This record gives sequence, structure tokens and C-alpha cells, in this order.
Amino acid sequence: MTAPAIEDLLRELTPQVLGALVRRHGQFEGCEDAVQEAVLAATVQWPAEGVPDNPRGWLGTVASRRLIDQMRSDHARRERESATAVEVAPEDVPDTDDTLDLLFLCCHPTLTPASQTALTLRAVGGLTTAEIARAFLVPEATMAARISRAKQRIKAAGSSFSPPDDAEREERLRVVLHVLYLIFNEGYTASSGNELHRADLAHEAIRLTRMVHARLPEDGEVTGLLALMLLTHARRKARTTAAGDLVPLDEQDRTKWDRGLIDEGTALVKAALAGPTLGPYQLQAAIAATHDDAATAAATDWRQVHALYLVLERIAPNPMVTLNRAIALAETEDPPAGLALLSTLDGDERMAGHHRLLSVRAHLLEKAGDTAGAYEHYRRAARSTASVAERRYLESRASRVRT
Amino acid sequence: MKFLISMHINPAVLDALTDEEKAAIGDGHGRFIEALKKSGELILTQALVDPSQAAVVSVRNGQPVVTDGPFLESKEYLGGFYLIDCENKARAIELAARIPDTAIEGLGVEVRQVMFADGQLEA
Repeated sequence: MTAPAIEDLLRELTPQVLGALVRRHGQFEGCEDAVQEAVLAATVQWPAEGVPDNPRGWLGTVASRRLIDQMRSDHARRERESATAVEVAPEDVPDTDDTLDLLFLCCHPTLTPASQTALTLRAVGGLTTAEIARAFLVPEATMAARISRAKQRIKAAGSSFSPPDDAEREERLRVVLHVLYLIFNEGYTASSGNELHRADLAHEAIRLTRMVHARLPEDGEVTGLLALMLLTHARRKARTTAAGDLVPLDEQDRTKWDRGLIDEGTALVKAALAGPTLGPYQLQAAIAATHDDAATAAATDWRQVHALYLVLERIAPNPMVTLNRAIALAETEDPPAGLALLSTLDGDERMAGHHRLLSVRAHLLEKAGDTAGAYEHYRRAARSTASVAERRYLESRASRVRT
Repeated sequence: MKFLISMHINPAVLDALTDEEKAAIGDGHGRFIEALKKSGELILTQALVDPSQAAVVSVRNGQPVVTDGPFLESKEYLGGFYLIDCENKARAIELAARIPDTAIEGLGVEVRQVMFADGQLEA
């Protein structure tokens, strides 16, 4: 087996082994350290000595031994009676898959989204703290402190490894999906620093979502989220120029889109929409699929896009959805209709001074022929964004309408 | 999200403080740094030497021109900063409010989001 193949295998097995260990022993933090050590040992030994016949059993055994050593030395240090040291047959890693329960634990509601994200990447994704720190452009010490704080919180919340009950499960799954979506977005909207590492985050989010999908193939929203990621990721090569400048959807070279990902995503979204429940990820995926389906920007089925946004607005009202519907409405009716819809967002505090509201208004004003208004709004949007690439793009639009 | 919390100091205001007040500011920053480190929100903090030690550099006709002293003619100068990574702007403001300087008239604490970052962070 090649080194990258071993790495893939390890990252697939890590959450399963960790999940099993935590279920047996509680104490997430100790188990996590033990599994990291076992994975490290495997990284060194397997390429040289070959992958064992039962790699998961091997990891479980090594991790259990480390954990028990650690518990024993803790005991000795605290001078407790050694007789109570836990005796567990280390070979016994049960053959059930605990990956999902581990995800639920990492996305524990007492944690902030930033901590949920970091812990998920570390415990379920099997990334090292240094890799996560690089991806989020913070020092390793900062990320290490954040992860350790998250583990303490889980401990304080009294969470051993009791999986959520059925009533809570649905709610917790939504949190898990949101965390996966955040990881994907972090990689997708690479706004600064080393974009390569951030693109890796998008890959990682897709890998983890595939993992959840494999375990919950019937859940429409899991399928929808996976489809949305694939359909969005399919356009990555067309999204920026070689110089790193943003290319808007209607100007992208569609031959650069990844047909394989589009086909897979489209099949997934069709399957999800045929299911009994409709959710926001499925609808967003359906919108992405509609765009990806058009051979040219002019061929876009805006009626369908607008209809999908209408449904989305009804089941998950959110000013961002209304904003996007305004773009579709400007296409199906005319730019003034889109602008009229936009003006309904003016009193919304969540959108006050938001660069997206300003840039969409600029775009619709430009289409309506109001050059001065478009110029003014592109300029204001450029000043409001926190992304260098976006600011550059908006400034270039501003100069374009002026000439 | 990354934010720079910059501290604008007024040397005259600082000079007018008692030794106890100065010590309290130092202790407050010390506690603030410890808390930020524990929560995993601190990237870096640095304090700058007195503005009288500054030099302003410009290049005219290809020749560097160096003038001693600060660039801005002002009573307040940049005294130092915290570079943090936290959940959102509300959290950044909540953190900034714990900086002792915020309680002193004449000292300014400003919060701004970072837009671009590069370089070695393990300073």
C-alpha cells in the first residue's frame, strides 16, 4: 500500500477507533490522545512493515494500551489503590461504527461553532492540530488552546459518550451538517493567506459529508448538503483567474467546470428531492444544479431558480435568500422588479451595511442603466467587504461602469 | 475572524496616572493575555516604544528622507495591539471591553477586522 493510501485508510479508521474507545471508557480527552499516538505509530510502522490484516483492530489495540498505561500512571501519581486500575482486554474493539456518535460529540451544543469545527477536523477528520491551525491561519498554540478548551467543555458538560436520543438526534444532526457546511465554506471562500490549504478544507468537508451520507443515505438533508458541496466545488477552476481575481458565475468558462462532480451532485439532488422531506440544503443544491445545467449563462433557467428561491424563502426565511431571489427576479421580470424586492431588505438589521446587499443593488442598478447609482454602490460594497479578492472585483466593476 | 485591537495612548494621560493606577493597567493586560491564551483566541500582542523613538521614512527623487518622531501630529499614538481570532465582531468588542485602557479617559481602543494576512505566525 502506498503512503497516501495508508494515510487515507488511517483517516477513515481514526473516528471509528476513537468512537469505540470513548464509548467504552468515557473520557474523551484521554482517548483522543491515545488514538493520536496509535495513528502516529501506524504512520511510522505500516509503510515499513506492511499494513496489518485487521488495521482497525491494530489501531484499537494500540490505542487501548496507551490509554490504559496513561490511566495507570495517573492512578499511581494520585496514589490511589492500584487494584482498581481498569482491566480491559485491549484487543476488543467492537465491530460497530461509532463515527456518527463521535461527530455528535464534537458538535456538542455547548461549544461555539469555531470549537465544533476545530474538534471535528481533529477527532473525526484526523487532521493534526498544526494542519488545522494552518488551514485557519492561526498559530498552532492558538488552535491547541482552542481544542483543549473544547474538550474541557465537553467534559464539564458531563458528556461521556451517550449518543443523543431520537428526539435530540435530528436537532444534533442539523448542527453537524452546519459545521460541515462551515468547514466547506471556509475552504471555498479562500479570502486570504495560503489558498491551497483552504482548498484542502473543502476537500475535507466533502470527505466527511460523504462519510455521514454513507451512514445516513436516507436523510434528504445529508444528501442535499453533499450535493450542494459537489455542485459548488465543480466550479472551482472557473471561479478565479490565474491571477486570483474572482470571476462571476455569468462570466465563467463553463468548459472548466468538473462534469463528473456535476453529474454526481445532480443525481444526488434528484434522489433527495424525490424523498419525503424537503429542506434548505436540498433546495440550495437544486438551485446550484440548475445553474450547473446551463451550457451558457444565457441558457440559465431563471424561472426555475426563482421558483426554488421562493420555496426556500418559505421554509427557511432569511434575508440572504431574499437577496438571491431578487437577482433571479431581475432576470425573469426586469431589473426594477429585483430592485423593488431588494428595498424590502432595507430595514433589516441583519443586512445593514452588508456588502452583499450593496453589491447586488449595484449589479441591478447597472442592469437597469443607472450608471451613477451602480458606481456609487460598487464603491460602497468594495469598502464593506473583508475579502481582498472581492474588493478587487467590486472596484473593477466600479471602474467598468464609469467608463 | 481575525481582528486587530489597537490601543491608542496619550503619553500625557499615562504620565498623570499614579503608580498604583499604572500597575493596575499592567496587571489588567496580564490577566487579559492569560485569558485570551486559554480560550485559544490570541494570535499575537505587541507593545511599541514611545512615539518619540519613531522615525518617518519617505523617498523623494529616489532618495530616502528620514524624519525623527511620529508621523501624525496628535496627542494620541499607537501604543500597541492585540491580534485575535474569534467568533465574530460582537465577540471582538466584548473582548476589547476587558482591556483596562477602555476605562481611562483619553486612551482609545479600536477594533478592526483583518482583511489580509501572510507570514510566519509562530513569532
